[in-house]
Formats: sequence, C-alpha cells, structure tokens
Amino acid sequence: MSEKTALGAVARPGSRSTFRFREVGLLAFIIVICIVVQARNHNFLTLSNITDLLANTAILGILAVGMMMVILTRGIDLSIGATVALSGMVSALTVKAVPSISPIVSVGEGMLVGLVVGAIVGIVIARYNVLPIIATLGFMNVFRGLTYLISGGAWVSSYQMSPGFQAISSGSLFGVGNLILIAVVIYAVFGYFINHTKTGRQFYAVGSNPEAADISGLPRRRIVWLAYTIMGTLAGLCGVLWVSKFASAQSDTATGYELTVIAAAVLGGVSINGGTGTVLGLILGTILLGILNNALPLVNVSAFAQQFIQGAVILAAVLTNVIVKRNSRRHALRKRAI
Amino acid sequence: MSDRVISVDRTWSFRRFILQWEWMLVLIFIAVNIVGSSLSPYYLNGGTFLTAPMGFLDVAFLVLPMTFVMILGSIDISVGSTAALSAVVMAVSFHAGLPMWLAVIVCLAVATACGLLNGILMVAFKELSSVIITLATMIIYRGIAYIILRDQASGEFPKWYSGVGWGYVAGIPIITLAFVVCAIIFGLVLHATSFGRKVYGMGNNLTASRYSGIRTDSVVVIVFTVTGLMAGITALFLTSRMGSTRPNVALGYELTAIAMTVLGGVSTAGGKGRIIGPVLAVFIIGFLNYGLGLVNIPSQVLLIITGLLLVLSVLVLNIRFSRGHQHSAPTASAPAAARKTPNG
Amino acid sequence: MKNFIAKLAMITMIVAFALPGALFASGSSEKATAAKPAASGAKYAIVFKNTGNPYGDKEMGGFKNGIEEQGFTAILRAPDQPTAEAQIQIIQQLIAQKVASICIVANDYDALQPILQQAMNAGIKVLSLDSPVNPASRLTTINQADPAKIGSTLVQAAYDLAGGSGEFAILSATSQAANQNLWIDYMKKDLKDPKYANLKLVKIAYGDDIRDKSVSEAQGLLQSFPNLKVIVAPTTVGIAAAGKVLTDKGLAGKVLLTGLGLPSEMATYIENGVCPYMFLWNPLDVGYLGAYAATALVSGKITGAVGDKFPAGHLGEYTVTKAADGGTEVLLGPPFKFDKSNIEQWKTVY
Repeated sequence: MSEKTALGAVARPGSRSTFRFREVGLLAFIIVICIVVQARNHNFLTLSNITDLLANTAILGILAVGMMMVILTRGIDLSIGATVALSGMVSALTVKAVPSISPIVSVGEGMLVGLVVGAIVGIVIARYNVLPIIATLGFMNVFRGLTYLISGGAWVSSYQMSPGFQAISSGSLFGVGNLILIAVVIYAVFGYFINHTKTGRQFYAVGSNPEAADISGLPRRRIVWLAYTIMGTLAGLCGVLWVSKFASAQSDTATGYELTVIAAAVLGGVSINGGTGTVLGLILGTILLGILNNALPLVNVSAFAQQFIQGAVILAAVLTNVIVKRNSRRHALRKRAI
Repeated sequence: MSDRVISVDRTWSFRRFILQWEWMLVLIFIAVNIVGSSLSPYYLNGGTFLTAPMGFLDVAFLVLPMTFVMILGSIDISVGSTAALSAVVMAVSFHAGLPMWLAVIVCLAVATACGLLNGILMVAFKELSSVIITLATMIIYRGIAYIILRDQASGEFPKWYSGVGWGYVAGIPIITLAFVVCAIIFGLVLHATSFGRKVYGMGNNLTASRYSGIRTDSVVVIVFTVTGLMAGITALFLTSRMGSTRPNVALGYELTAIAMTVLGGVSTAGGKGRIIGPVLAVFIIGFLNYGLGLVNIPSQVLLIITGLLLVLSVLVLNIRFSRGHQHSAPTASAPAAARKTPNG
Repeated sequence: MKNFIAKLAMITMIVAFALPGALFASGSSEKATAAKPAASGAKYAIVFKNTGNPYGDKEMGGFKNGIEEQGFTAILRAPDQPTAEAQIQIIQQLIAQKVASICIVANDYDALQPILQQAMNAGIKVLSLDSPVNPASRLTTINQADPAKIGSTLVQAAYDLAGGSGEFAILSATSQAANQNLWIDYMKKDLKDPKYANLKLVKIAYGDDIRDKSVSEAQGLLQSFPNLKVIVAPTTVGIAAAGKVLTDKGLAGKVLLTGLGLPSEMATYIENGVCPYMFLWNPLDVGYLGAYAATALVSGKITGAVGDKFPAGHLGEYTVTKAADGGTEVLLGPPFKFDKSNIEQWKTVY
C-alpha cells in the first residue's frame, strides 16, 4: 500500500529534499490542456473567464469535499444531487413566502435541511450496515420525489426571490465573488480538519481498514455517520448556493450531478476503496472538470464532439496520473535498491 | 453474511433455507402482484400480464452480466452508453447498405468491443477502480454515438425487425423468451461451472485467487466483454421497440440495472449473490411500476416508493443478520478488506 | 422464529406503506376528477415530457379543464425522466387501461411510433401536442404556433435588436430536440433572404435544457464572440440562464436577449432590460385545444384529415390544416409577445 501522508510527500527516511507531489501527472495534464485551449481561444486565460470558471466550479468543489470524506470511509453517496435539489427548493419556497428573510437564515435553513438528510442517510449506513450504494441510491429517489411533492411541480423564479437571496451567490466581497470565497473557506477548514485533527485522520484509518479501526477502539460508526452528515450539510449549503446562483429553483436540479462530483474526487486521486486521497489532489480534480466545462464552449469544436472530448480528456488524465505514479514508485524503489 | 462463508459441509437446515434473501424477494413479488391486482382491474387482464414485461425487460438483459461484475466486486456504469453506441452503429450501417441481419451482427460486435475495451483497461490499469474507468468510457462511448448521428434519428428498419421486440412465439413474447434463456445460461455458468466459482473466489479474495492459479485477468476481461455483448442485445430489443434510434437512447439504464441487481441481493462488496435474486428483482420492480402505473400514480410518488423499497428491503436483511452475528458490524467491508490488493 | 416474525412484520410494513400511498395518490386524482361523478367514464389521457415542469403542468392543466368541461375523466401522466423509453412504458399502461384517447407531448419524434401504432390498432385515438410525433404515429397534432412563423419571428427579432446588422448566436436545448431543431431550420432558411445579409449567425450552442450547462454555454458565447449583439434562446431554460448571465455581467443593453421563455422565469430580465421582448404562447390554451381535439376524434366528429372542423370550447372553432411534415395539424395561433408592458400581469400566470 503506498504511503499516505498529508500533502502526498513520499515518506522516505532521510530524503526531505525531494518533494514528490503525488498528483503531479494530473497537474501536468491540466497545464497542457490550458495551453492547448489558450492557443485556440485567447480569451481563455483572461481574468473574467477565470473568474467565471472558478465561480462555476465552486459548487462542484464544495460538494467534492463532502464526497471525499464519504469516499475516504469507503462509502459513496449517490443522493447528493437530490439533496441539493431538496434543500434548494425548501429555501427558495421559504424566500418566496417570506421575502424579508435574511440571506444568512436562508443559508442556515438549507444547511439544516442537508444536515437532517445526511444524518438520516448516515444512520441507515452506519447503524444498520446498509451498503452505501444501495442506501444512497434508494434515498436519491426518495429525496427527489419529496422535492417534486413539496414544490407541487412548480418552479420558483427569480422575481420571487429577494435581491438579498440572489446576492448570496452573485454578490462579492472585496472584489472576490461570494461563491469563490465560500469555497476557499470550506477548503481551508477541510484541509485543516482532515490533516491536522485527530478526527480527521481517523477518517483515513476507518477507510483503509475498518476492522483494525474497530479493534483499535476508533469510533468507526460515528466517523462514518459524521462523513454522511457533513456531506449532507455541504449538499444543503450547495442547494442554496445553486438556487441563488441560477435564480431559479426546479425539481430536477442537479439530476445526475453526483456522477460529476464522484468523477472530480476520483480524478483527484481519491481511491474508491477508501483511505487514500489528498486535498490538493481533490482541488486539481475539481479544477480539471471545471476547465473542461468552461473550455469546451470556447474551443470551436462541433457541439456533437463535446461529450467525446470530455470523456477522452478524463480518461487521458486518469491514465496519465497512473503512469506517472508508477514511474515515481519505480524511481523510488530504484533509489532504495542502492 | 452467512452465505459468504465458504464452508465445505454444513447440514441443510430448513430454517436457513427459508430465510434466504431470495425467498424474501419471492414474498415481495407476490405482495407486489397482490397490491397490483387489487388496485386495478386491468392488472391481471388477459394478455397484459404477459405483455407488461415487454416494457421493462430490455434493461433486464443488463442485469444478468451486472451480477457477475458486482460479484467480482466491480461495477460497470458504461452499459447504457454501449447500448446507445451499438444501436447507432447498427442503424448507420443498415442505411449504408448492409443487409439487416448483418447490421445486427455489427451491433453485437461493436457492443462486445466496447466491453472488451473496458476489460482491457481494467486489467492494464489495476490501480484504477472500475468506477472511474467505466465512467470515462460511459462518456466516451456515448460521445462517439453523438459524433456519428449528431442530431438525427435513424430508423425505418425492415418490417420483420419490429417483431424482435414486439413479436410473440407460441403466445409468449420473444423478449421474455430471450430473457429466460439468457437467465438460465447465466445461472448455469455462475452456479455450475468452474468459471462461476472463479468469479466468486475473486470476489471474495482477489489475492488468494491469483495465488491459487486463477487467471484473474482473463476472468475480468471475459466478464466485461460479456457485459458489452449483453448491452448489444439490449440495444437490439430497444431499437426494435422504438423503431428508430438516436444517440440519447438508453439513458439511465445503468442505474436501473444496478438498482435491480442490488435489490436482488448481490452485494457491491463482492463475493455474494445468486442469479435468481436479480431476476426476481427485475420482475418486482417492473411489475411494481406497471401495477402502480395502471392506477396512474404520479411518477414522483413512484420514485419515492421504489427508493424506499430498495432501502427498506436491505434494512430488513441487515436487521435479520445483526441479530445472529453480533460481530458483523463491519460485514459490509469484511470481504473488501480481505481482498485488498497490494496496490490498494 | 423471531427472525421470521421480524421479516413478516417488515414486509407488512412495506406493503402497508405502498398500499395507502398508492390509494392516496390514486384517490386524490380520483377526487380531483370527480367534479362530474356522472361522467361517461371515458378516459382521456395526456402524457407530458417530464414531471416538475411548470410549463407542462399548465398544458396538462388546460387539457384537464377541457376534458372535464365536457364531462369526461382526464388522466395526466409524465415520466420523471424526459426519455422516450419512459413514455413508451406509460403508453403501455394506458393501453392496458383502455383509454379512449392519448394526447402525447413527445420526447422523441420517431421512437414512439411502434407503441402508438399499437395504441391506434387497439382503437385508441392518438394525437400529439406541442412536441409532435411523426405522421405515422398520430392522427393529427396540435401545434402551438406555425414553426415557420416562429422561425421568422425570431430572426426578425434578432435583426431588430441588432440594429440591422451584426453577430448573433442561438442557445438551444438539446441537440436532439425536435421542436427547437425545426425552428432553427426555419431561421436558417430565413437568414438566406437578402434582407438579413448583414445579420450573421455565428454559433448554435446547446445548453441541453440543463441550467448549469446553459450558463456555461452562454458565458462561452460571450467569451468567444466579443462583438456579439444578440442571443436568441428558443428554450425556456436557455433564455433564463442567458438572462442571468447577462444580468450578472452587467451587459444589459450591450448584448440583447430574446427567444421563447416563460413569463415567470423571465420577468426579472424583461424588467431590467436585458431582454426587451420575447415570445411564447399560452400552454393552458394548448392543452385545452388538445382536449377538444381529442374528444372530437373519439366522437368521430373529425378524423384528423385536412379540412375537418371542430369546436374548441371558449377558444372557438378550429380547422385541421396540412402540416409541414406530411401529416396534419391544428394551429393554435400566432406566438405571443411579452415585453415590459404586459409582463407584470403574465408573470403570475405561468
């Protein structure tokens, strides 16, 4: 099993000089893509486009943080798209009914919905040992159905949302968009949590060997439950952000989005088998997907080739990463052989 | 879970026999039919009982190989895209002049090739999980379909072709017959051949299997290739039922197939499950949809019911077993931990 | 023994849940349609593209009003995914219920042909609404507006908003959307006219009717074509997404927006000037017309042939005309223009 340290530095005795970044293959890939796109459209690396890119990727990034926590514990959560829709709809309906509500309260409300939802999913998985894929698949349907029911099939449009509510996502502080700020804060908190707190490190332990974790006295069930609860809360937050960003709440919001989030996490090196993953890798994976979504309309390719290019890029990125890792490991082994 | 323990001899106990997951599925199936027939007079009406499965059986062909894939501990979410691509290629080659029967063979060939590629990627890059590989190929295959057909539909197949999806043989729909035949074949391979035992072995402990001399790579490639082939068969029936095809057909088929497979008692952790479970699950979900649709239940309510059915049924399974095995807490991950490969 | 009882209890719970849920749902729809309990019992069904779509809800609502006005029972169905496969299953269930007529808003122009032909062979009158099926699958179709007229209205709007010359782009739905593709084809045909010689269509982007993708595509258009003057979005999700993008970037007045949109979704953007005007039709009326066409077909009053006339309640009398795809159609009327003067009253309607 490969080394697992905080920032992915290869842990070798007496070689602090070599900082081998694990996901260097992915980083190189991203740089290459940027160069190629910039060559085809000089507007790619402009400030306005990069701001758009980051704002569009912020929500994906926040969800990826939650998903990483879940995957670290060897789980998976297919219900986040439905959770986003549910909490978004709830907060939008509240704003429609009570336009004077403070945006902070709306955000809190969305997070509360997500928290409750995530806690339920967490209980079913942690306490009753239902396999995560089954539980979240089932709940995905349930939450989506609930969203349809509480909204009565109607949408909430922008004229029914208070300007304060819409400013949650479109506003900015000190010139930086709110979405980007929120994402940065969450990543900072998460990075600290997963790398420098006891509970955070326990996530890795629980995922890489649940039995050993249990036997060592780690609160395995609570950690698993915590993972889903945090995922749910973040999804709830993203629900409000989503609805505010697009100024529209629909029942089919974020359908299928969970797959994109999983792709971002797995691209970033989070192993589906649990126990492996770095924050930096996660950021890279998210950024790559964000670049793809942003760049495809910019390069003049036929709209019909877009999906193929997306898949090819993801596959190439993943394979590149694997090949680079293999080479670096071979390199490391060779160094030890002396 | 008790079925996962590979014990050589155990006295046959009626109680253990009757408490199996598959019997529970039979009970649920009966319950679904009771509910269905009590809700609507049209449910048990003449031909509808036989024709109802025609609506959901094309996904069912995916469930059979998915059982194998999931027993191996992997997953394949590219099946819908494989079906779309092979359907599109079939339509295009038919209109390019190929006789229909040859186009059908092309369809199956393309689908098999897609599955083969999945398998090859799986064994060449063992560090990668099946999730990310099939996620990438899912997008790529459908992307190719979009490049080929763009925004067009392609149809107008010969008249006999619609008989494939809608036709009857001796009063039984062809698609039902085909499904039953495939289910029997898959069941025999899984439960009565050494190949099947190898699959179970690999699902339980990959490393041990490899060291026991099982050619794990070949098994993986074969399983994924067959999955591709079955996706091609799905494409055949789907295209026949729709009379035309587009790049966006079979959307979401992979999730439906996975849901049916896990409802059938196949664990995604690998090593557990029998063919009869998913087959029953196919009919349960299919008839549930049909029965509730006959009384025009809104789709959102149906969504909630199906979701709850999935969760509750597995919940029951776990409650049942948590009584008998107190230390089964990490059961879900036990086989996964046991078969953790050195590459993690 | 305990295990067995536990299992039995659980199954009872599952059934107990499904049963009342089912009965409740069917009961509530029964209650709603029990306005005329002495109804003849003939059931008229409408199948929309997907659930959770307020435009679709309005169409189905209009259909229901029209059917119940005439004393029959209406069945409203929509799949939760906008796929043809799901609609095929629903149609199968409707055939089994022996409905008198099926009014389909299709997710695919051709893919429903076999199942609809089965329906017609079973004696069910099939007509399509809004998003049509091919002529072999239907007796006639209700068209909300002449597609050629929609195309030319949109091109004219682009021309006017661009000030006579300049670049414009189209932000459409999915690349497979039958309606949008038809309208875009007519637009392209119109653009060949020398009058529009200085109006250039630079790109057709597909937002897939998905909110975030439409936003990305709209942003992409702005980044790739800095001289863009007009965005035409003939889809309700696309135009709303483009409206938000233009508003957020403060481009009101510099890049103008028009197309087909829901008044409720577009109210903000019409009021802030990003979208000076846009078009649509009243989905309530579309559904209502469909209802009367369906009953006329079932009663034998019309057969769907060119020249047939039938009454359509408060909408007046309608005639079946020849459709561009070789079948026949019933045209509701010209597209309706929404702008600052009337958006206030319409935004709460749909």
